[in-house]
Amino acid sequence: MLFNGRVWKFGRDIDTDAIIPARYLNTSDPEELARHVMEDADKDFPQKVKSGDIIVAAENFGCGSSREHAPIAIKAAGVSAVVAKSFARIFYRNAFNIGLPIFESTGAADGIKEGDVVEIDADKGVIKNKSTNEEFKAQPIPPFMQELISAGGLIEWTKKKINC
Amino acid sequence: MTITEKILATAAGKKFVEPGELIDAGVDLVLANDITAPIAIKEFNKIGAKGVFDKDKIALIPDHFVPQKDIKAAEQCKALKQFSKEHDLSLYFEVGRMGVEHALLPEQGLVVPGDCIIGADSHTCTYGALGAFSTGVGSTDAASAMATGRCWFKVPESMKFIYYGKLNKWVGGKDLILHTIGDIGVDGALYRAMEFDGEVITALPMYGRLTMCNMAIEAGGKSSIVVPDDITMEYIRGRAKRPYVFYASDKDSHYVEVREYDCSKIEPTVACPHLPSNTRAAKELSNISIDQVVIGSCTNGRLEDLREAAAVIKGRKVNSNLRMIVIPATQQIYKDAMNEGLLETFINAEAVVSTPTCGPCLGGYMGILAEGERALATTNRNFIGRMGHTGSEVYLANPAVAAATAVLGRIATPEELGL
Repeated sequence: MLFNGRVWKFGRDIDTDAIIPARYLNTSDPEELARHVMEDADKDFPQKVKSGDIIVAAENFGCGSSREHAPIAIKAAGVSAVVAKSFARIFYRNAFNIGLPIFESTGAADGIKEGDVVEIDADKGVIKNKSTNEEFKAQPIPPFMQELISAGGLIEWTKKKINC
Repeated sequence: MTITEKILATAAGKKFVEPGELIDAGVDLVLANDITAPIAIKEFNKIGAKGVFDKDKIALIPDHFVPQKDIKAAEQCKALKQFSKEHDLSLYFEVGRMGVEHALLPEQGLVVPGDCIIGADSHTCTYGALGAFSTGVGSTDAASAMATGRCWFKVPESMKFIYYGKLNKWVGGKDLILHTIGDIGVDGALYRAMEFDGEVITALPMYGRLTMCNMAIEAGGKSSIVVPDDITMEYIRGRAKRPYVFYASDKDSHYVEVREYDCSKIEPTVACPHLPSNTRAAKELSNISIDQVVIGSCTNGRLEDLREAAAVIKGRKVNSNLRMIVIPATQQIYKDAMNEGLLETFINAEAVVSTPTCGPCLGGYMGILAEGERALATTNRNFIGRMGHTGSEVYLANPAVAAATAVLGRIATPEELGL
C-alpha cells in the first residue's frame, strides 16, 4: 500500500476542535465536515487541501474529544494519510476504524517540511521525502490492518469477513 | 494486579492480564450521545446484526445540543429516539428526563463499581470515580459493541498519583486535577490508566472524585480510577441498579510511574488558554477581565458544585461587564438546586439558569463567545475556538473561583470577597 502526496505541516497538540469544530457537529455528513476540516488551525486549509495530500504533525495529534467526525473530515477532504510524532489514543483508534491510515514517526515529523512531496510505503513502514530523498522509519501497517483500510474501515471489513 | 487490570481481566474472562496485552472484553454498558450516536447507528445498521446485544445496556443520551438547537441537531436527536424505539432500549433519556451523560449515569446508579464501560464520548473516563473501568471510544467501536457487547482493548499501563497533606480553603477536585495536568502535560498519561490515591483522595467526596476522573482524558489518559471505599458505598447505596464489585489494587501492583503531590501547596488553580495544562494560581491572574462565566458541565455541574458557587455569590451581583450562565447537569440536580434555593440565589445575582445541556462547554450553543471575548468556565477544555470564535479565550477553574470571578468581572478568588 503506497500513499503519495504533498505535505501540510501542523504543530503539537492539534486537538479535535481544531480538526472539526463542534459548531459543525450537528451533522455527520462527510462532505459537509470536509468543507470545514482544520479550519480553526488554518482557515484556508479546506480550500488548499487536494486529494492525496498528507498531513504531518508533531506530538499528540487528535487530542480531546472522541468525535469520529475528526478523522472522517480529514479522510473526506481527500487526505491520504496522517504522520505524527504521536497520536491521542481515541483518535488513533478512530482513524483506523474509519479507514484513515496514520503513521507514527518522530524522524519524519521533524525532517519533512510543508510542501514537500512524500511517499509512504505502508508494508515496509518507510516514509520517503521525494523532495529531499531522505527516508524515515515508521511502524509498518500489518496486512490485516491494510485490508481494513482498503475496505473503508472496521465495519465494512467486518461485513466482508462475515460474508466470505 | 492493579484495580484496572483486575476489572479488565474479569471482563475478558481471564484470571490474569498484564499491560500491553490485547484482550477481548465484555462490556457492562455502551453509551453514546446526540453527536456520536447518529454515526454509531449508521454503522450499526451496516453490520446487519439482528438486534442489539442487550436492550438494557445501551444508553443513548441526547445532551450536547438539547433542547434541540436547530433543525440539523433535531434530526440527530430524532435518530436516537427512533433507534431506541426500534430496539426497545430502556436507557434512552428524552428532554425532561435527560442530563449531561456523565452526571446522569452515576446519579441514576446506571454505572457501578467493577463495571467495564465504553462510551462514544471522551469524558466516559468519569466513572473511574466509582471504581469502574470506563473509557471513551469512537462511534464505530460503540456500534460494534452495541451489536456484540464486546470491545477489544490493550491493557493500559497504570500510573499512580498520590495526594497528601491538607487541602487549602476553596481547593477541590478541580484544582487537584488541573494541577496534575499542569504537571504532566496534555499527553502526560497518554494510553495510561491514572489511579488516584492518598489521604486526600480517601477523604475526597464523590463529586470531587468525579471531577478528577472526568478530566483524565485531558492528560491523554485512557482511563482513571479511585479504589472504591466507604464514600463509594455511601454514594451507590440506594442508587445502584445492577450488582457491583469492589476491586482494589494489590500491594505488589506495578505502576509505570508514581507521582506525589503535597496538597498544602496547591492553590485554587486556573488553566489558561489554550490548553488544560497551561495552569496558574488563580490569584496570579487578577488582571484578566472576563466577559462570561459558565458553571456546569460533566466536570462541575453537580449539586455540590452549585452549592459552592452559590455560597460565594449569595447576596452579591454579577458584575455589570459580564454574563453568568449556570447549568445544573441533570433534572434531579436542577430540582434539588431549586428546592435548596440555589437557583434563586443565582437569579437574584442576575445570572441565567439553563436546563441541563452540554451547550456552551463545546461551543455548541447557549453561551457562544464573540471574537476577543474571554470566558471563565468550570468545564474541561480551553482549546482554540472551544467556546466560540477562534479569537476568543477560555479559562478553566472550580465553581467557587468562577462565582468570585462573576462578581468582580475579572479572575478572582473567593478570598477577595472576604470569604
